[in-house]
Amino acid sequence: MATDASAYEEMLKGLWRENPTFVQVLGMCPMLAVTNSATNALVMGLATLFVLVGSSLLVSSFKRWIPKQVRISLYIIIIATFVTVVDYSLLALVPAIHKELGAFIPLIVANCMILGRQEAFASKHSIKYAVMDAIGMSLGFLIALLALGSVREILGSGSLFNVDLFGANFEPWVIMILPPGGFLTLGLLLLFFNWFTERRKQFLLKVAQADQSVAIVGVKDNG
Amino acid sequence: MDDLLWIFISTLLVNNFVLAYFLGLCPFLGVSGQLETSFRLGLATTFVLVVTALCAWILNTYVLIYAPYLRLISFIVVIASVVQFIEMSIKKLSPSLFKSLGIFLPLITTNCAILGLAIFATNRGYGLLEGLVFALGAGGGFTLAMVLMAGIRQETEIMDVPALIRGTAFNLIIAGILSMAFMGFAGLFSAA
Repeated sequence: MATDASAYEEMLKGLWRENPTFVQVLGMCPMLAVTNSATNALVMGLATLFVLVGSSLLVSSFKRWIPKQVRISLYIIIIATFVTVVDYSLLALVPAIHKELGAFIPLIVANCMILGRQEAFASKHSIKYAVMDAIGMSLGFLIALLALGSVREILGSGSLFNVDLFGANFEPWVIMILPPGGFLTLGLLLLFFNWFTERRKQFLLKVAQADQSVAIVGVKDNG
Repeated sequence: MDDLLWIFISTLLVNNFVLAYFLGLCPFLGVSGQLETSFRLGLATTFVLVVTALCAWILNTYVLIYAPYLRLISFIVVIASVVQFIEMSIKKLSPSLFKSLGIFLPLITTNCAILGLAIFATNRGYGLLEGLVFALGAGGGFTLAMVLMAGIRQETEIMDVPALIRGTAFNLIIAGILSMAFMGFAGLFSAA
């Protein structure tokens, strides 16, 4: 089943190798604005997942009938439709969180990550790949949101998902849940990601060199 | 009059669109390499923001009272087409201005500050005049943040920064410090 393996591969690449936040640096606005608590981050991540998967599915199924000249406007209208659905569903299901996220739910429309996936992937691939890619990308986005939201909530309020972690003696690091904390935490996370990628690259390089020297030694032995 | 002034100062400094609401981060991080272009982009965005505030008010008052669930879609469609229209008319009327704005004008459509402004103005129930002042303040704040960021980035260009930090991570940390500095303005109103 080669096709299934490659579809799976499309999904995996969004998680780490082409992570929309850490590698492509797209969709920064919701990333920073809603991550003052892990719960908000989770809800935003799931909302984005729904919108991205839904619009990728539609765009990829209708790609044959979308004229090239008006494609961007059509993508935006499709995305806006799904966002409206999410907006009203959240209002009905979790009104407290909807109120806290406020204007940032409708602003999912302007998340350039979503439009980017339609233009770069869903409009060129079959439905299966488009959906897998959308799931992978939004899971990658969700991971980044959760990482950022957890760090900020733990340091800023001393809790995680509203569960108190440190007890009464914890002095909350208020700056973390305020806007500057968002910028600083994401900056440091990106730094960590860069450092990790760089280390891995050097490790692989070393392995390749070691392999080569082993091969050379082997040749000499034979000679 | 006091109300209008309050709206203007508060969106310009205290609730700066970029540094406090995280709106319009893509151009803020992407295009802020050069002082000159940042300033021009800021002006162009301010112009589009003011036009958007006008459109949002018209839509809210005359159309959307009948169909509130169409708000998001109609905002997006109207903003995109208005920007397109402005682009075409500037091209006809003043080619030199068009040239100086360049690629930025069409790109502004996808700037979330524009849609954010329309949504915020609706949520807070601003009237026409309040909406226009709000847009001016937001645009001014965006321009201010862009210019400050570009200035700092140009200064740090020649500094000896480890290669690993260079790029987005570095810019985000600069933005964090800038945002912290802007938080000082919050005292502006509680003190008065």
